[in-house]
Amino acid sequence: MTTAVHPKSRRLTPHWRDYGRPRELLVRYLLLLLVLGLTVGPLIWQFLASLKGTGEDVFGANASLLPHHPTLRAYREVFSQVPVATYIKNSLIVVLLSVGSQLLFSTTAGYMLSKPAWKGRRAVWILLVASMMFPFESIMVSLFLSIRDLGLVDNVVGVWLPGFVGAINVLLMRGAFLAVPREIEDSGMLDGASEWQRFRYLYLPSAWGAILVVTINTFISAWDDFLWPLIVLRSEDHMTLTLGLSRLQSSSFGYDQRVVMAGSVISVIPVLVLFVITQRWFYKGVSAGAVKL
Amino acid sequence: MVATQTAKPVTVPGAEAVVSAPGTARIRRLARAVLPGPAPGANGAALYRRWWLPWLWTAPAIVCAAVFGVFPFLNTVLLSFTNAKPLGGAANFVGLSNYTRMLDDSDFWLATRNSVLYAVIVVPLMVLLPLLLAVLVEKNLPGIGFFRSAFYTPVLASSVVVGLSWQWLLADDGLVNTWLEKAHLIRSAIPFLSDSWLILLSAMGLTLWKGLGWYMVFYLAALGNVPKELHEAASMDGAGAARRFWHITVPGVRQAMMLVGTLTGIGSLRVFTEIYMLGSSTGGPGGADRTLPFYIRDVGLDPITGNAGYGSAVSVALFVLTLGLTLLAQRLTKEDES
Repeated sequence: MTTAVHPKSRRLTPHWRDYGRPRELLVRYLLLLLVLGLTVGPLIWQFLASLKGTGEDVFGANASLLPHHPTLRAYREVFSQVPVATYIKNSLIVVLLSVGSQLLFSTTAGYMLSKPAWKGRRAVWILLVASMMFPFESIMVSLFLSIRDLGLVDNVVGVWLPGFVGAINVLLMRGAFLAVPREIEDSGMLDGASEWQRFRYLYLPSAWGAILVVTINTFISAWDDFLWPLIVLRSEDHMTLTLGLSRLQSSSFGYDQRVVMAGSVISVIPVLVLFVITQRWFYKGVSAGAVKL
Repeated sequence: MVATQTAKPVTVPGAEAVVSAPGTARIRRLARAVLPGPAPGANGAALYRRWWLPWLWTAPAIVCAAVFGVFPFLNTVLLSFTNAKPLGGAANFVGLSNYTRMLDDSDFWLATRNSVLYAVIVVPLMVLLPLLLAVLVEKNLPGIGFFRSAFYTPVLASSVVVGLSWQWLLADDGLVNTWLEKAHLIRSAIPFLSDSWLILLSAMGLTLWKGLGWYMVFYLAALGNVPKELHEAASMDGAGAARRFWHITVPGVRQAMMLVGTLTGIGSLRVFTEIYMLGSSTGGPGGADRTLPFYIRDVGLDPITGNAGYGSAVSVALFVLTLGLTLLAQRLTKEDES
């Protein structure tokens, strides 16, 4: 019913009538636009406000939605007023460390867990599942004490370390490797490929959907994380971008709102770009990425 | 072997070199004879794998799960019987005193109430609203891909950024109040960011708003399994959209709804950033909007006044609450299936 060609239509491309009755269509699109305004509206508003000059009100009775004289002043200001470049650098360090370690270790562990017949496999699996039972918030006090004992307080390495490989990602990769047909491995065996070669050249390319999901999830959670960096980091030189932005607000009102909004926009852009590039595969990955326990 | 769908032979770069390297075959035969383990091929892919190799490959995951997952939990339980300080120093065993203190601590009960209230209000809405949204974007209309992606963008932004934008939307001279005043619906600004109840409700709104897109995608996958024929048959019988939703869609995605309910319930107990951004770093006026994670950070990790022992006791309470919720959800799911 969804894309069935209208009986009277002779064309190959569907006519708009093929999508349903006109009134139903109208209601659908009106609802879609309404939700669009509610979901993306605040973010768009934030973006538009960041383009306003000092002469224009951001809010209050006289504020307009569109900037009359769009300017990039706020973006220049945000870099000169607050050490945004340092924040971004720190965030990038955490993100790169996280993505690198998650990818390397979740694929290798997931690969071995997908292989039959080695003693202790079951025990490792139980350990991983058990480690997922505890919400981060209920163990963060103890985690902080560990980070303190390691001398990593106020250090971006301390932000990265506790989550350097997530059990959920290992299980996700295991599921993806289990789905690789046996014939592929057999052919690798016949060619005399070593374990590493089979893993690198046969298994990894077959599981790229799951790899993409792990990459995106790790990137977003590391880039957006707030509570743990807030606990670990102290000095301005070591702060990540979300932490720095939150301080802009709480030390408040000395700052120009347009500038803070510019900072917000800067923080959204990398994730948005990543999403736009990968979204074609992303939905597939989400539905295919169901963890097989 | 019967000709299965071995479509094309897969060649491995570098493999030829391994095969032709002089002496490798002999070494392998030797290794096979010497090393313990199953005969090659007997157990599928166990060829030439030395016993320690799986352990080597899984070691980082084992270390991470043990050192930063299971150990911190056991340590939290231990710490909850001590008066450890977040920045170090001697810790003494104090017995159950942290727990007795907790039972008398009105701030602890306030935080518990806030967290539970959060779950009670957010869970039903988060189970239902994304489902409605998924139904709205399920049909393949022109431009629907754009809408789906757009609805997902709040998921991508960090809670801090979203919190900043909501802060300005809800401020006394913010967009919402200005519009309501212009429309003459209110006389004076609604104190979204200074009244403790309104802060809590606004934070819930923020959580919902940010989670909509995520669970929409989740439901979209589930909706694919609801047979289209049922909808067609029902609409032939004259069932309207609302009836079809309740009698066909909802039963069809029941399992997904149970799962979303469990996930959002656990998520509600973990809320921190929303309160921090809308209720400022104190967690609302006088800390009235603090949730359990917020309270744990305040009492357990404050560099000067913090008591990691007491914070751990509250952490254990949070864990017990989460566990209880998980067990309850499991039980409901089971009852639902039978």
